[in-house]
Amino acid sequence: MLQIVCIKQVPDTETRVKVAGDGRTLDPAGVTWVMNPYDEYAVEAALQLKEKLGAGEVVAVSLGGATVQTTLRNALAMGADRAIHLRTDALAPDGLAVAKALAEVIRPLGPGLVWLGKSAADDDAAQVGPMLATLLGLPCTTVVAAFELDGQTARVEREIEGGREQVELPLPAVLTCDKGLNSPRYASLKGIMAAKKKPIEERALDLGAPHLELVSLELPPARAAGRIVGEGAAAVPELVRALRDDAKVI
Amino acid sequence: MSILVVLEQRDGHVRPVSREALGEASRLAASLGGPVVGVCCAVADPGLAALGEAGADKVLLATHEAFARYDAAGFATAVAAAVTAVAPALVLFPASAMGRDLAPRVAAMAGVGLASDCSALAVADGRVVATRPVYAGKALQKVAFTASPAMASLRPKLFAPIEPAGGRTAAVEPLAFAWDAAAPRAKVTGLAGAKSGKPDVTEAEIVVSGGRGMKGPEHFTLIEQLADALGASVGASRAVVDAGWRPHGEQVGQTGKVVAPKLYIAVGISGAIQHLAGMTSSKCIVAINKDPDAPIFKVADYGIVGDLFEVVPALTSALRQSR
Ligand SMILES: Cc1cc2nc3c(=O)[nH]c(=O)nc-3n(C[C@H](O)[C@H](O)[C@H](O)COP(=O)(O)OP(=O)(O)OC[C@H]3O[C@@H](n4cnc5c(N)ncnc54)[C@H](O)[C@@H]3O)c2cc1C
Ligand SMILES: Nc1ncnc2c1ncn2[C@@H]1O[C@H](COP(=O)(O)O)[C@@H](O)[C@H]1O
Repeated sequence: MLQIVCIKQVPDTETRVKVAGDGRTLDPAGVTWVMNPYDEYAVEAALQLKEKLGAGEVVAVSLGGATVQTTLRNALAMGADRAIHLRTDALAPDGLAVAKALAEVIRPLGPGLVWLGKSAADDDAAQVGPMLATLLGLPCTTVVAAFELDGQTARVEREIEGGREQVELPLPAVLTCDKGLNSPRYASLKGIMAAKKKPIEERALDLGAPHLELVSLELPPARAAGRIVGEGAAAVPELVRALRDDAKVI
Repeated sequence: MSILVVLEQRDGHVRPVSREALGEASRLAASLGGPVVGVCCAVADPGLAALGEAGADKVLLATHEAFARYDAAGFATAVAAAVTAVAPALVLFPASAMGRDLAPRVAAMAGVGLASDCSALAVADGRVVATRPVYAGKALQKVAFTASPAMASLRPKLFAPIEPAGGRTAAVEPLAFAWDAAAPRAKVTGLAGAKSGKPDVTEAEIVVSGGRGMKGPEHFTLIEQLADALGASVGASRAVVDAGWRPHGEQVGQTGKVVAPKLYIAVGISGAIQHLAGMTSSKCIVAINKDPDAPIFKVADYGIVGDLFEVVPALTSALRQSR
């Protein structure tokens, strides 16, 4: 079975956000680029399934500028077989445009499973997976925290308010991964060496007319400075009073 | 032009996020124009006429026997049919577990962009502009839409329902939609671990969260007692979830849940940037930590520096007495 993993390269979660001169995007100076944390679960899930089935191919796909190749190389080092880089230097926050581009590349490959992260740590849109599935006409479950394959049926679980939905879906299917699905492996030295010889196919891409227009990127208003009401249990009465009389929240 | 609001129900009860979305639709209708039309997928009418009080002028009810639980393909087909029938200027979804799954499917079917998990909406020069937290809340992105309808999902707890207008009812009409339920699709087969009556952290009015400072899972009874005294739900930092002390559903932060309760109490939590990403939209934040330099105090409205094993029981008993 061919499995696809869609990977986005994002700024490290520790990144200090500075708005670029255009007032609309992140200033890339000093940013460390990493694999979107949820996509690590996606890579791991595909690799574990391939190992269990003892056959198949795992293809990593990423859409973005030149730097995404380091992240694709990382997926190859983890164990993916090959990678496709959809090259665009103008990656707008437009999930539908990304999903359309991914659908075009993925459709002819006829995968059994397409894995994505539940959301990207930069724009946290959580939309590319279900949009891609809709465009491909495939069943899809999002925010998957447990996965089991039984023949051609996937049994998965997803967290909802107050419980875990259990879902069954037939392959081929699209799944987006939540934390807790597995523990992503680190690339081994052997994996890193092997990855150097694995192919990354680069394809030029035109994203077409955007569906969303980026107006601005701003830093959020700072929270008004709070106060230390006191030390230890002695401060409790004042805290209760402040919550009741000043903040009026209890 | 109308505004279409996707209403969420579970087990025959309209969920609070639906009223929040209707509230925002009513406010936007002042500049975008109305009417405000709801659409709800269910096996039977969960009492939708009453949502007139929450701001709905009309509600379209899509019924199907498969709609006893969330059915992604079926709900998307029905809501897309409502989009076609109503031709709204704007479609609002709650950014609940259901809405976050459903909205992108409907947007893809309609071929339009979606602004997910918005914290504010505005109308400027007749255009909808959506504000959404990005980079884990470290920045706010504003986006506009290049085609109609605009689609947005709204982060729970940030949008106020309107004050109920006494006795106003919404007209409820059946929605016609063509859906082939025999086509291969994802089916919900069950709901595991449905917890006590407590609301999920994303929907609770008050959240009390514990971190590694709790020293072990057995001490979370202190957190639970404080939560009970406040009628609050329990949350946790990733450190304690990863240690297996608390279930993942309680994790607050970048890789957990984003919460915006009116009161958030962080106990023995240092305030790492990834934790702050999940709770800085809370209206009031209280931190209890023995380290006066803990970063959590930078975002807290009120802080107590001290040993949580003394402060928390004292707080719990003070709250019990003040009832
Ligand atoms: C990609 C990524 C995603 C992440 N996502 C999340 C996320 O979603 N949510 C999240 O929470 N974290 C997340 N983290 C982890 C985060 O970086 C921190 O490691 C974590 O939040 C720390 O949890 P903590 O505050 O409970 O523990 P610690 O940082 O160890 O803090 C414990 C605190 O307890 C205090 N304390 C100890 N004893 C007492 C006492 N007796 N009385 C009072 N105070 C006491 C200490 O002073 C300290 O401040 C993520 C990290 C990464 C890299
Ligand atoms: N540029 C991209 N290239 C490849 N995959 C992507 C890209 N953007 C998003 N994805 C995938 O879609 C998931 C959700 O992203 P988003 O909808 O942007 O939050 C990510 O975790 C990736 O798996």
